[in-house]
Amino acid sequence: MTKTHVTTTINGDVTEFLCEPGDTLLDVLRNELQLMGTKEGCSSGDCGACSVTVNDRLVCSCLVLGVEAEGAEIGTIEGIADNDKLHVLQEKFLEHAALQCGICTPGLIVSAKALLDENPSPTEDETRYWLAGNLCRCTGYDKVIRAVLDAAETMREGA
Amino acid sequence: MVSVVYEAPDTIEGAVTLLAGSDIPANVLAGGTDLIIQTRASRDAERLLVDVKKIPGMSDANLVDGALELGPSMSCAEFTARENIRAVYPGLVEAASLIGSTQVQGRASVGGNLCNSSPAADTIPALIVNSAECVIVGPGGERTVAVEDFVTGVGANCMEKGELLKLIRVPAPEANTQDAYLRFIPRTEMDIAVAGAGVSITLDDKGNCTAAKVAIGAVAPTAILVPAAAEALIGTDLNDDVLQVAADAATEASSPITDRRGTIEFRRHVVGVLVKRAIKIAADRVKGVRT
Repeated sequence: MTKTHVTTTINGDVTEFLCEPGDTLLDVLRNELQLMGTKEGCSSGDCGACSVTVNDRLVCSCLVLGVEAEGAEIGTIEGIADNDKLHVLQEKFLEHAALQCGICTPGLIVSAKALLDENPSPTEDETRYWLAGNLCRCTGYDKVIRAVLDAAETMREGA
Repeated sequence: MVSVVYEAPDTIEGAVTLLAGSDIPANVLAGGTDLIIQTRASRDAERLLVDVKKIPGMSDANLVDGALELGPSMSCAEFTARENIRAVYPGLVEAASLIGSTQVQGRASVGGNLCNSSPAADTIPALIVNSAECVIVGPGGERTVAVEDFVTGVGANCMEKGELLKLIRVPAPEANTQDAYLRFIPRTEMDIAVAGAGVSITLDDKGNCTAAKVAIGAVAPTAILVPAAAEALIGTDLNDDVLQVAADAATEASSPITDRRGTIEFRRHVVGVLVKRAIKIAADRVKGVRT
């Protein structure tokens, strides 16, 4: 099987890669592009560890084919911080100790940022529903929710 | 490992030619939330995936003279964000919003939910009560099939080799008509219906029911219409006794299985409860006391 050439934009940078047509976007990010921040959890769209945005829409990268990235704009955890300056969400996750093992964290941050981009003032309920597709086996979620709501407040004040 | 052949034609004709001419198993790829998992688990040596999202119109939704023309591959996230569509078919939009997580919503589509043809598909009872039709195109031309006739069994539908779901057409509701969809899941989010109920209710200005449709999901091999439930409602003021008759009719029409998420007895009971509650929601919507 010949590999397919794909041109896409990842975190604002035009990026080219070769992939098998059956490779997922998750495979491509981790194995071809060495963008290891996006994690593989279930590979069936249940856990959200591989969350990325495609054309500003939150998706599981394990349920997108790499070839579908042609011409699209992809956003991953590597594009969240501004060089050495952490995003408010990242700071708040640290401050609230909203992570333990860390496997779910990139997905949670990418999902939470997508929420706040769409709704800068989410309620706790809205936040819990939005993040229901991001499974975490360590924190019990409460610290995650506090961190996201605190980040939202900080971002509103800074806006 | 299955070897995937990927094509992304930009015309309906191109997609039909690829699907009809393929000598390996071929599937239409929309959001892929079911298909990519099924493909990965497949024992086929090769599979052709025909991505239809680059075909103009396949991911659009338009209200034309009050009727909905829905491109089958539009993501649920985009579909449920259309307030003008929610205003006309709140139950259908509700059903679409229940599918999977935020991430799954970003890819999954109403057309995909229909073509995957799961007994528990949330949008199918909601489409059925809205008298929705599937416009299917294939090598022999175009045909239209009512959604209630589209699914033929568990994971099976009436689509022949080379055929493609081109459009979901939902007629404009009659005046004073509203829909509703409810499902039961053991959790609050991220689950698959144990039982589901879609209803459409038309009231006259005195609050009496003049037309109704009731469809139930996840309690039979396919979602089914329950005409006996609708008949019990027509000509009444939807009092509690009437709602119980409709609920009993739904229970009677169901033929569920026992699995890890619910027993036969539980599903038969709950589907009746959901029918009653959905009727009340739809009737309240007609009366304007809820959205």
